[in-house]
Amino acid sequence: MAARFFLGFLILLLHSIISCGVYEDQVGLADWHQRYIGKTKHAVFHSHKTGRKRVVVSTEENVIASLDLRTGDIFWRHVLGENDPVNQVDISLGKYVITLSSEGSVLRAWNLPDGQLIWESVLQFSAPSRSLLHVPTKFGLERESVVFVFGGGWLHAISSIDGEKIWKKELYTEGLDIQQVFQQDDSDSLYAVGFLDSLQFVAYHISVKNGEVLEESKKSFASGFYGSMLLVSRDILVALDASRSSIVSIKFSRGSVSFHQTYISDIVPEVAGIVEIVPSKLSGLFALKTDASLVLFRFNSIGELVVENTFSHPTILSDSISITEGHQVFAVMQHAETKVHIAVRFVNDLTSEALKETIELHPQRGNVQKVFINNYVKTDRSHGFRALLVMEDHSLLLVQQEKIVWSREDGLASVVDSTTSELPVEKDGVSVAKVEHSLFEWLKGHLLKLKETLMLATPDDIAAIQEMRLKSSEKTKMTRDHNGFRKLIIVLTKAGKVFALHTGDGRVVWSLLLRSLRISEGCECPSALKLSQWQVPHHRAMVENPSVLVLAKCGPDFLQSGVFSIIDSYTGKVRSSQKLPHSLLQVIPLPFTDSTEQRLHLVIDSNFEAHLYPRTPDSIDIFLREISNIYWYAVDYVEGIMKGYSFYGKCKADMEDQYCFNSKELWSIIFPAHSEKLAIIATRKMNEVVHTQAKVIADQDVMYKYISKSLIFVATISPKAAGEIGSVTPEEAWLIAYLIYAVTGRILHRVIHQGAQGPVNAVVSENWIVYHYFNLRAHRYEMSVIEIYDQSRADNKDVLKLVLGKHNLTSPISLYSRPEVVVKSQSYFFTHSVKVMTVTTTAKGITSKQLLIGTIADQVLALDKRYLDPRRTASPTQSEKEEGIIPLTDTLPIIPQSYVTHSLQVEGIRGIVTIPAKLESTTLVFAYGVDLFFTRIAPSRTYDSLTEDFNYALLLITIVALVAAILVTWVLSEKKELRDRWK
Amino acid sequence: MERATVASLLVFFSCLISSSLAVTSGSADGYTITGRIKIDGIGSKVFGHSSKLSNIKVILNGGQTTTFVRADGYFSFCNIPAGTHLIEVAAMGYLFSPVRVDISARNPGKIQAALTENRRVLQELVLEPLREEQYYEMREPFSIMSIVKSPMGLMLGFMFLVVFLMPKLMENMDPEEMRRAQEEMRNQGVPSLSNLLSGRTSNS
Repeated sequence: MAARFFLGFLILLLHSIISCGVYEDQVGLADWHQRYIGKTKHAVFHSHKTGRKRVVVSTEENVIASLDLRTGDIFWRHVLGENDPVNQVDISLGKYVITLSSEGSVLRAWNLPDGQLIWESVLQFSAPSRSLLHVPTKFGLERESVVFVFGGGWLHAISSIDGEKIWKKELYTEGLDIQQVFQQDDSDSLYAVGFLDSLQFVAYHISVKNGEVLEESKKSFASGFYGSMLLVSRDILVALDASRSSIVSIKFSRGSVSFHQTYISDIVPEVAGIVEIVPSKLSGLFALKTDASLVLFRFNSIGELVVENTFSHPTILSDSISITEGHQVFAVMQHAETKVHIAVRFVNDLTSEALKETIELHPQRGNVQKVFINNYVKTDRSHGFRALLVMEDHSLLLVQQEKIVWSREDGLASVVDSTTSELPVEKDGVSVAKVEHSLFEWLKGHLLKLKETLMLATPDDIAAIQEMRLKSSEKTKMTRDHNGFRKLIIVLTKAGKVFALHTGDGRVVWSLLLRSLRISEGCECPSALKLSQWQVPHHRAMVENPSVLVLAKCGPDFLQSGVFSIIDSYTGKVRSSQKLPHSLLQVIPLPFTDSTEQRLHLVIDSNFEAHLYPRTPDSIDIFLREISNIYWYAVDYVEGIMKGYSFYGKCKADMEDQYCFNSKELWSIIFPAHSEKLAIIATRKMNEVVHTQAKVIADQDVMYKYISKSLIFVATISPKAAGEIGSVTPEEAWLIAYLIYAVTGRILHRVIHQGAQGPVNAVVSENWIVYHYFNLRAHRYEMSVIEIYDQSRADNKDVLKLVLGKHNLTSPISLYSRPEVVVKSQSYFFTHSVKVMTVTTTAKGITSKQLLIGTIADQVLALDKRYLDPRRTASPTQSEKEEGIIPLTDTLPIIPQSYVTHSLQVEGIRGIVTIPAKLESTTLVFAYGVDLFFTRIAPSRTYDSLTEDFNYALLLITIVALVAAILVTWVLSEKKELRDRWK
Repeated sequence: MERATVASLLVFFSCLISSSLAVTSGSADGYTITGRIKIDGIGSKVFGHSSKLSNIKVILNGGQTTTFVRADGYFSFCNIPAGTHLIEVAAMGYLFSPVRVDISARNPGKIQAALTENRRVLQELVLEPLREEQYYEMREPFSIMSIVKSPMGLMLGFMFLVVFLMPKLMENMDPEEMRRAQEEMRNQGVPSLSNLLSGRTSNS
């Protein structure tokens, strides 16, 4: 009985430490957090007032942020909803940031200093249109408090103080495209101009006071217009005609509209090819982009078009800004190899330059894509300029006085895929002097720690301890460590740039903008696809560097041919890059490597033909040996069809290409379109390690896990339930979960959840599946778990039988026979919406697992798998308790200490990656979204190593005390013995 | 902590016709949900992280619409169709229960709101956190007990126990019982852990 009690106590001791959060002074020790904003779309400077100088930006990641103009740090930042992209941003009244988002239907005002929402106005929306924001700049008493918004076919005048709608006017007819809303010379009227069916020019002259249309003028243009028009001066607009061969200048004044057509070839004979109007507002000038150059035009005094200047490519223009009364300037950026020439020129007089600078840019940043300029008055009363550059790799730079003042790697806000690489092995022995130094440091550190434990430390000491912990050189070394904590995280961003981040502190070790994916190199619409480990040398680890494979394509549709690049993981140099001769539908990394340890990859093209990489005879031998064991499946989400394939023979179309294989359809599952819609497909991670197939349950019984790499979890929902939560009743909604064996297409298990709705998130690991969905009946989120056990081996428990060979382990298994599986499942309520979900992975799979859940609040919650055990009962028996089964509750607990992100947020979280460390107890976690976050967690605490804050000094003291006690007791016993003898 | 209670009505009005009271027939654009976030002592430094109203997000239907909280704590969602909706509040440092909001289609303007965590029905859409969340483990203040409880402390304690108490126990032991125990041990051969343990407990 006592043994039972003792064991129970031990178990209690083990399990009472479920939550293993961090202490506040441990923040930054093992984790790092980086905040980004994404690729800048608009930027507005706020620097003319005293106080903090800042720039307000809106980005393609739906972020609005206020950045410090001196350092580039974020003052404040808001990540808007996923379907709420920012269209326009401006500053009103010098204190409010006005943003127009959701195609012009939501207008918000934020307090400039702290980012507090001041007001929000939802505008009427009839039909999609351009969204335009006009904030009157001239400071009058009444006018300054009004902003004009055009969006969704309506023109609104809105008070910028409280967001009150002053008036609104519908400017919507079929085919009308309003392109500009502006005021002429700060008058009491407003112009809204646009095209009707690209054939007619329409101008509305509108009263600022009440939105009344004072005048409506229309005029048709026989050959039609192309694209958008640009306001050149107060009453002249320019556009291109439909054939893009002539420039149409539109002169309008009250009531009268006149067109003037000028053939481009007449004034610029050398121009050929497709031309486009550059949308830079240059007040008096306008630019035309041709295949070869950028041509600046001006209307001369008699209204004729004259060519002002021609720039060779690539050239970027900024909008013009006014520096003094009547003096407007704009910036011209020109590339010359790695250098960029910035010239700020006066609009009135192009020959004089207000500024001419040349800066050197990092070649991996690509070309300048956008430039915003801002002026300031220097101490000698001359004008200085700052230029904010948006680069091809989505980074943001501030350039001032030929220097890059700050730069932000905002490409990291759009990570597409990631992988890891080990660091190089330490080659040279550590010198003695260094050891001595570090020994002294080590002792000093532990003395300080002891002082802290004994509460003797002064605040200075505590600060010193903290500093020592954070700046430990140990964690930022560029070599492999014993525990496998130091690695390189290699990420691929939307811009086609590859970064290597050090896990110690998150710094960028190298970065590479893939040449083959650059727009300037003729890649129209680069979309990065996949990053995968290509070569991980083990035998030749000292001499050879590992490498990663980047697969991408240059177009949105899958018929585009792909780009296949191999990059060295240590140096960031491209080893080889090629354009694939076929399209790229799917990539399958195979679990085989060739003799040079290059991983075999299959690239499936749109004809379902598989191409084997690397193209070596060795790889083909390995592949042909394993060809009968390789199966794959394809999913058509739109049609709701899954098909399984195997490989046979060479491609028919291309007999000489021996690396091309045909696939044969083995099975297909068609989900009925009227009742089921594919929601999610989840599979096990390829690199997951399972420690044991057997699970010993309470009463000394054994259950065998059904473990298969080919297990797929598929969830379908009713078509009506595919929308948002409020849009469907519980009767019309259901979720069907399938477990499918991918080799034969056999459905192992199928379960229906009535009244359940998406979005569905799922994780498959070992023999269990956890999925998250919305329960409409309870109106709460729910998480279900399914565990699968293999029943056919259930009899193999007896050791005697195994010894005598009376087991069925060697009996032939046929895929045609029905697998005997037992399924256990259970559902629990969960409080939050889930954005992403994954599971921890460890080196050997011994450590218990935790689910990592990216919640709606952009935090990452670690939830013990033990809470999601289908064997939980309301009152577990004594033996079950000993096994560690938690009594059943209807809701999964949320323990604040188990947020791995503690008090940080990974804004816009899109993915969580877990990487096993060498230490079995520890998993490295990398979460990415707009922000990046890295930490390491130990799901069952670090049972195999001492924690960082282990007190060696206390251990020493204990040992000393023990030795002293032994000596004392020895002396005492000697004396006692002597006394006894004398008695 | 001062509890400033400002009654705020749960007001539903059509987005276009800004009438002040609940019963307005829903136009094609739907209804507006207006509510308020109330956190006592916001802005004060709570457990090392200060939460600000400006960083609180209110999310409708798991991400369909995201809005932010104004300085006075109010938020609103416009153009919401009739049906049952879910509002979640993302505020660092606080746990908010998701709120189920029913907008009746048959009975325009009739609405109901309830916390999904504890099924509490809300008379007005004033959302208060269920609890403050403390993301860090608290450091135990230094005490003798913590040292005693640490493995080293246990080691020391056990040693003292063996050195000073065991002889006492042996002394107090009945010689006959001792002999019996030894006999028992001899009979059983290899002593198992449980026997040893039970032997000791019965002795003490």
